[in-house]
Amino acid sequence: MGVHGRGGMFVREITVRQAINEAITEEMTRDSNVFIMGEDIAQYGGSLKVTGGLYDKFGPDRVRNTPLSESAIVGSAIGASMLDTRPIAEITYFDFVGVSMDQIMNQAAKWQYMTGGRVQLPLVLRTQGGGYRGNGAQHSQSLEAIFTHIPGLVVVMPSSPFDFKGLLKSAIRDNNPVLFIEHKMLYNVKGKVPSEDYFIPFGCADIKREGTDVTVVATSYMVKLVMDMADELNNQGINIEVIDPRTLNPFDFETVKKSVEKTHRLVVVNEAHKTCSFAREVSARVVEEMFSELDAPVLTVGALDVPIPYAKSLEDYVLPDKQRIMDAIKKVMKY
Amino acid sequence: MEKNITTETYCNLYRSMKNIRYFEEAIQTLYKKNEIRGSAHLYIGEEAIAAGICETLDKEDYILSTHRGHGHSIGKGLDPKYMMAELLGKEHGYCKGKGGSMHIGDSKEGILCSNGIVGGGMPISVGAALSVKLHKKDNVIICFFGDGAVCQGNFHESMNMAAVWKLPIIFVCENNQWAISTNTKDTVAAKDVADLAKAYGMKSVIIDGNDILKVYETALEMRDEVIKNQGPVFIEAKTYRLSGHYAGDSEIYRTKEEILEAWKDEPIIRFEEWIANNRPELIEKFKEIEQECRLEIDEAVKFALEDSDPPVSTALEDVFTYGSAWERRDVCERNYGKTGN
Ligand SMILES: Cc1ncc(C[n+]2csc(CCOP(=O)(O)OP(=O)(O)O)c2C)c(N)n1
Repeated sequence: MGVHGRGGMFVREITVRQAINEAITEEMTRDSNVFIMGEDIAQYGGSLKVTGGLYDKFGPDRVRNTPLSESAIVGSAIGASMLDTRPIAEITYFDFVGVSMDQIMNQAAKWQYMTGGRVQLPLVLRTQGGGYRGNGAQHSQSLEAIFTHIPGLVVVMPSSPFDFKGLLKSAIRDNNPVLFIEHKMLYNVKGKVPSEDYFIPFGCADIKREGTDVTVVATSYMVKLVMDMADELNNQGINIEVIDPRTLNPFDFETVKKSVEKTHRLVVVNEAHKTCSFAREVSARVVEEMFSELDAPVLTVGALDVPIPYAKSLEDYVLPDKQRIMDAIKKVMKY
Repeated sequence: MEKNITTETYCNLYRSMKNIRYFEEAIQTLYKKNEIRGSAHLYIGEEAIAAGICETLDKEDYILSTHRGHGHSIGKGLDPKYMMAELLGKEHGYCKGKGGSMHIGDSKEGILCSNGIVGGGMPISVGAALSVKLHKKDNVIICFFGDGAVCQGNFHESMNMAAVWKLPIIFVCENNQWAISTNTKDTVAAKDVADLAKAYGMKSVIIDGNDILKVYETALEMRDEVIKNQGPVFIEAKTYRLSGHYAGDSEIYRTKEEILEAWKDEPIIRFEEWIANNRPELIEKFKEIEQECRLEIDEAVKFALEDSDPPVSTALEDVFTYGSAWERRDVCERNYGKTGN
């Protein structure tokens, strides 16, 4: 069921999973050089159930099941991208990038630069990370900071169906290697998505909620956790402004800066282990560049520094939760 | 070894080998004068492989090279002038001084990448071949690698994927018997590397990589085979790394006698002898080519030495290419429709 949105366009409620599928379908329909590959993504529709229906529509050449070879999956995406095709490769779990790490950090990230722009790599690497599902330490990680640390990769990490679709379409049309990070807890989340074409640019954060007291920068599934508690905090007299950077590289520091100039307080929430996390990067940058604007120390929230455990009680304790995020927000309000 | 090879081809093969040899000798000299930063891996003794294989290629056949890659680039037709400038870290080098010896790549010139990571180019060659196949072109991808790369997981992942997807690749293992200081016999379990390719169902051959005409003929046959039968093939070219692992290597791991013995089998003299015995009418022409090559490389060195350093501002360029996705626009759920997006 759809409704007409403000601009007169048709807006529907769809899930993140459908949004990703639509973005891929539309781009593959438009451009015959776009193709997808990954483990079990064809008839089966992928372990992530994102690529359903594509095989029937586009056939085996353009919807390719690959051998269980993560290094060759990423490498072949690189090679194909160098020769006028636009591959979208799926790595089922973020954790598996370890197996293809050289291809990502030494090949994908560097060829444009090392050749002074004589080679281009228009490719998208989709993967799925995050915890809260009892998948254990090798299937639950949030490894984005490893990739924002390596120059040469666009790192996209959306949180809503609208952002997933608009950013994936931009990623597919862009001429750079893009790491597109999905979260297992977001696939079934619904949201409004227009039915006509739209594109979200890289490096433009979205202010998910305007507020006056504390700036809360959050990524991926953490945006949902924070948004879900915003009303409750408001009732307690704390009016938070929620910023979702949407892309981590390029990172929209301007939007964060303007917000902190208004609120003078900042909490950064990410699911990754706190040490060397992207949250700490944002925190460090704000402290370096706008220390005098701050009325309170910048606080970060992230997973405890242990591998993600299996048992529910343990996983709940290790990963960021509502209480820990609220505590941080209340704490910066005390200054 | 001769079949229907034209005079022009003989000359091309010779020119290519000579250019590579003089280029590498020039690098050796420049290295001693501290003009080359980092390390430069020389291809001396292996010239017949790059020259023989590249001579069979179309403009739209692409190659992927290795850390020992100057020969492949020159064989494929890159200009020694800009290569030399790149090795010297100069502004007009192929990669504007950002790549250096190990990272020459230029998709327009038919070389997708060289690689500082042993075996790192192999999966990339699979994707390049996939693209050729998806575009239904009659072209091949040449994936060069050394015997050391055979021990990498990437070797096996790539061979397997290329075989199951029936991709147009010629895998070329340049078995020069050494990987830095370690001999192949101590690292590769198979008797011959080519045996491994058979396990992936590929046609594979072992050839004398120092016999330029054999390399050339094999490459011609294999290229036809790939295009006709749609699937990868494998060439193991046995050769010997006459120079150290890199310019300046102490080479304490092998004897002088072994190296001297190997020099007797080096490909350029072998070809010259063959020509003298079988096509003596070409001797004069070969002398001319030799002079031209020497001049070309001398000029390349001069050009590179005189070229300027890249301006520091360029260090920040070429990380990304900026298309429309990089234009700042306010596209978000809240005001979607308001701003006319
Ligand atoms: C992944 C990786 N491991 C190690 C090295 C260091 N290294 C550079 S060249 C080389 C030997 C490679 O041997 P081979 O593939 O036979 O090529 P050759 O040098 O003999 O031409 C090694 C170990 C590297 N560059 N990359």
